Amino acid sequence: MSEPKFPKTLAGPSRRAVLAGGAALTASLFAPKHLRAADYPTAEVNTTGLAVTDDTVTIGILHSITGTMAISETGSVQAEKLAIAQINEMGGILGRKIEFIQEDGASDWPTFAEKAKKLLVSDKVASVMGCWTSASRKAVLPVFEQYNGMLYYPTFYEGLEQSPNVIYTGQEATQQIIAGIDWVAETKGAKSFYLLGSDYIWPRTSNKIARKHIEKLGLKVVGEDYYPLGHTQFNSVINKIRLKKPDVIYAIIVGGSNVAFYKQLKAAGIDMTKEKPLLLTISVTEDEIRGIGGENIEGAYACMKYFQSLTNENNMEFVKAFKEMWGEDMVIGDVTQAAYLGPWLWKAAVEAAGSFDVDKVREASPGIELTTAPEGYVKVHENHHLWSKTRVGHAKVDGQYEVVYETADLVEPDPFPEGYQ
Amino acid sequence: MSIASHRLFSRNDLIGFAVLAAIIFIVLPLALDTFRLNLFGKYLTYAFVALGLVLCWGAGGILSLGQGVFFGLGGYCMAMFLKLEASSPENTAIQSTPGIPDFMDWNQLSALPWWWEPFHSLTFSIVAVVVVPVFFAFIIGVAMFRRRVGGVYFAIITQAIAAIMTILIIGQQGYTGGVNGITDLRTLKGWDIRTDSAKEILYFVNGILLFACLLAAQYIRKSKLGRILIAMRDQEDRVRFSGYDVADFKIFVFCVGAAFAAIGGAMFTLQVGFMSPSFVGIVPSIEMVIYCAVGGRLSILGAVYGALLVNWAKTTFSESFPELWLFGLGALFIAVVMAFPNGLAGVYAEHVAPRIARLLRRGGVDLPATPDKTPAE
Amino acid sequence: MFSDYSMSELGAIFAMQGFAGLILFSVFVLMALGLAIIFGQMGVINMAHGEFMILGAYVTYITSNVFSDYLPALFSIYFFVAMVLAFIASGLLGMAVEWAMIRHLYKRPLDTLLATWGLSLILQQVYRSVFGAREVGVTIPDWIMGSLPVTDMIEVPINGIFVMVLAVGISAAIYILMYRSSWGKQVRAINQNRVMAGAVGINTEWTDRLTFGIGCGVAGVAGSAFTMIGSTGPTAGQLYIVDTFLVVVFGGAGSLLGTIASAFSISQAQSIMEFFLSGSMAKVLTLLTVVGILMLRPQGLFALKLRK
Repeated sequence: MSEPKFPKTLAGPSRRAVLAGGAALTASLFAPKHLRAADYPTAEVNTTGLAVTDDTVTIGILHSITGTMAISETGSVQAEKLAIAQINEMGGILGRKIEFIQEDGASDWPTFAEKAKKLLVSDKVASVMGCWTSASRKAVLPVFEQYNGMLYYPTFYEGLEQSPNVIYTGQEATQQIIAGIDWVAETKGAKSFYLLGSDYIWPRTSNKIARKHIEKLGLKVVGEDYYPLGHTQFNSVINKIRLKKPDVIYAIIVGGSNVAFYKQLKAAGIDMTKEKPLLLTISVTEDEIRGIGGENIEGAYACMKYFQSLTNENNMEFVKAFKEMWGEDMVIGDVTQAAYLGPWLWKAAVEAAGSFDVDKVREASPGIELTTAPEGYVKVHENHHLWSKTRVGHAKVDGQYEVVYETADLVEPDPFPEGYQ
Repeated sequence: MSIASHRLFSRNDLIGFAVLAAIIFIVLPLALDTFRLNLFGKYLTYAFVALGLVLCWGAGGILSLGQGVFFGLGGYCMAMFLKLEASSPENTAIQSTPGIPDFMDWNQLSALPWWWEPFHSLTFSIVAVVVVPVFFAFIIGVAMFRRRVGGVYFAIITQAIAAIMTILIIGQQGYTGGVNGITDLRTLKGWDIRTDSAKEILYFVNGILLFACLLAAQYIRKSKLGRILIAMRDQEDRVRFSGYDVADFKIFVFCVGAAFAAIGGAMFTLQVGFMSPSFVGIVPSIEMVIYCAVGGRLSILGAVYGALLVNWAKTTFSESFPELWLFGLGALFIAVVMAFPNGLAGVYAEHVAPRIARLLRRGGVDLPATPDKTPAE
Repeated sequence: MFSDYSMSELGAIFAMQGFAGLILFSVFVLMALGLAIIFGQMGVINMAHGEFMILGAYVTYITSNVFSDYLPALFSIYFFVAMVLAFIASGLLGMAVEWAMIRHLYKRPLDTLLATWGLSLILQQVYRSVFGAREVGVTIPDWIMGSLPVTDMIEVPINGIFVMVLAVGISAAIYILMYRSSWGKQVRAINQNRVMAGAVGINTEWTDRLTFGIGCGVAGVAGSAFTMIGSTGPTAGQLYIVDTFLVVVFGGAGSLLGTIASAFSISQAQSIMEFFLSGSMAKVLTLLTVVGILMLRPQGLFALKLRK
């Protein structure tokens, strides 16, 4: 499916030089002949009045800088800015530099909708990288559909959605869950599961899928519990877990609750390194471990598509560039990496379409491949989600995951899974 | 203010109302594009809440930190109707149970819960927008004021109620849409509320409703009831000993405040296009109090200016300096309490009004042309 | 739900569950004590209470970093130093706030609510600017994070014991301060009649400042202790505010014993319900019960007088 215009400069040594900060090399050197702006007259590549000039194109970044979600969304903003900087260094898109307008969603859903509208209506941005929580995405979705914008959404999420105006660069629930449960059942011989989550749509939907799959495998769910967001007392549920003696604690706890849960689990004498019970989570990335403390979560398993410790060449470069730009002590989690894919996927789609027009970009999007993604090869599915591998990581005391398993093939995204609803 | 208190409007009141009407119905629509106008429409929905608080808190001395609950209940009643209309079987054909809202389908509900059924009717929904929150406020009011819970205790209990409400809505996501809220609302009786022209019409409807509420509030303030409320705030025991049932007045004014908040909530849903628990909880409820405090807790018109000014500042500052915004908001709280306890209205009455009066006297003019933008300064 | 288990297992679980309830109780007591002083004795509604707690948590974070960088040998006991520093930092900030803000507002309790809410927003943003928006990971010495195995089934978390001991210790200290010291007498005298207290020669200004400072300092110690069980981030303080106020109001403001009794009943109710119900519903039911009882008995469990 790869388009002939797919920029080869993305891969290979040239990109490494850019990432290493090869400042001496000017951008124009990198742009292949056919990608000079002059060959793409603005009137042709932009027929819908987007913010595209002869040498720039403007996109939006829409995340929370303030409020409770700022904790999570900072990494995404950093990754997106890195990707934009790298693309610009390589000569931009169709010979045009990317400029961005950053708006603060302030962890407040109407503000997200308001700012999305501003970006699309007043600023006429060509695409938007943004949102984190499902609630913010649900709030902006009607805006993007009404004004025909393009949103690149980075978070792993519950699925049950497929909008023509969104490219979902994270995993939908089945991609993240099924492979992990298969793995824990096969390799660890798990028979019984205790499902645990923060009380909102993503954990509930994910646990629903998990439960269906566990039961399909002929295994048992011995308990299921939800706690309000921000809950900090988990001793009672830890006792319940002791009583039920599950083989696996399947935890989808988010935010500050995470810290409390893992600290209390450890203090209660449940040593996760002994794997009795084993803890499998889909909500704790390296980012969260910084708050939890590596020593408190050592031995847990996490199932997602990306870990910072991946040893492929793409990732080593990505991690290096990220740290160069944002500081040595940065860690990179699954969502941060997915956010990094956004600008690259958009670039590829624009170049495949030969136009910034949203309709043409949308048409060109399915089938777009990225061989240079830090997580490895990814491809955009017809349903606007990504084909990607699912991996299981084993938490180490230094706050990193060691990858212990990865699916042989790319897992097909299936936002409306038959038999799991 | 003390002169002519038996009339509904003093001359100053009349001027104030006229200026506000000019701003809302003429200046803003002419000066702003549809996008910004819609934003101001959203701010004005908070003015309903602030207005309710002027009555409860400014006049009645009852500080409720749970106005978000009523705002939310009103908004949810409206959202339920709109959601049902948006979830016609044709629109939701891909669901396993077509014809019910999408979030119910995701939560394995296979039929509409019975208490959603009546919300198919627009009339019922509009009645419910006001009646449900008022009923709720009535229960709280009876339970609390009959037992003479007041002041600080009332504030803390209403705050707890706001917390309970949020957890409940989020926890019962199959019935309420959970933390995402009720989203993707499209049409009202077939009329697309997302178009620019609809937004403009809704803005004016909102403005008219706000003026209706303002008039009602003015009437309450000028009536005997209003004077009893103020007497109660200052010397509750004396009013009680004079033979008035203090609790009944408090319950009444609390219910009125709830009704205003609920109307605001419903208009919010219509203009923003969704409703979510983030407008129900503690933080939004306290922010609503600050709108009222900034405008001047005693001033009916001040409530509107307060809501407009704070929200406008929020949008502007958070666009340019997101970091500064929280400092600014925090400082605003402190400044209003420490330096301007009567808010904008107080500043106006103390500094601006006398000057205008002096100017007028000097010029010998009988009526001022327009005391430009007065309290908003 | 219990039919599949042997008696010994059930016994163990109930023992553990009782213990979980006690830990929650201690947490509530620690949260509420500072507020009980400030709200109960001074009538000030301090909405920034949570932020004073988080200040203590950040002080602990800084202390742990300093110890691990410069005094690694003493790392295992840094926590005690951190708690003292947390008390001092939060206490001093509290006194500064009292001087700048609160003292002008003693006659307007509802206004203290708004002003301190503003203060809490500012503090949150300060934390965010200084420490970043993310949660910080506070490294706790290993010995605190362990557990004591009593039997095969029963394991007692050491941090739980730590919190309990701390709660008892601070309660005792405050009791002695309030009821056995001259300062305590002065505070209570001011609480009853400010003007008369001043007239008989009590330095009301200084006593107020000290009281507010001590209340905030206790909050700081609580925050420091909570780094063992919870998260430390700019907005973490807000999580505690509703629970804290309910505990104090439910106990009956002005009564230290009431605060402790109410912390006990709320924590036990919540802990038991959490065991049988899902966490969210348990929380809702607990809060509803408390609010319901408060409507029936507005003066709280142990009240002096607060009906108007």
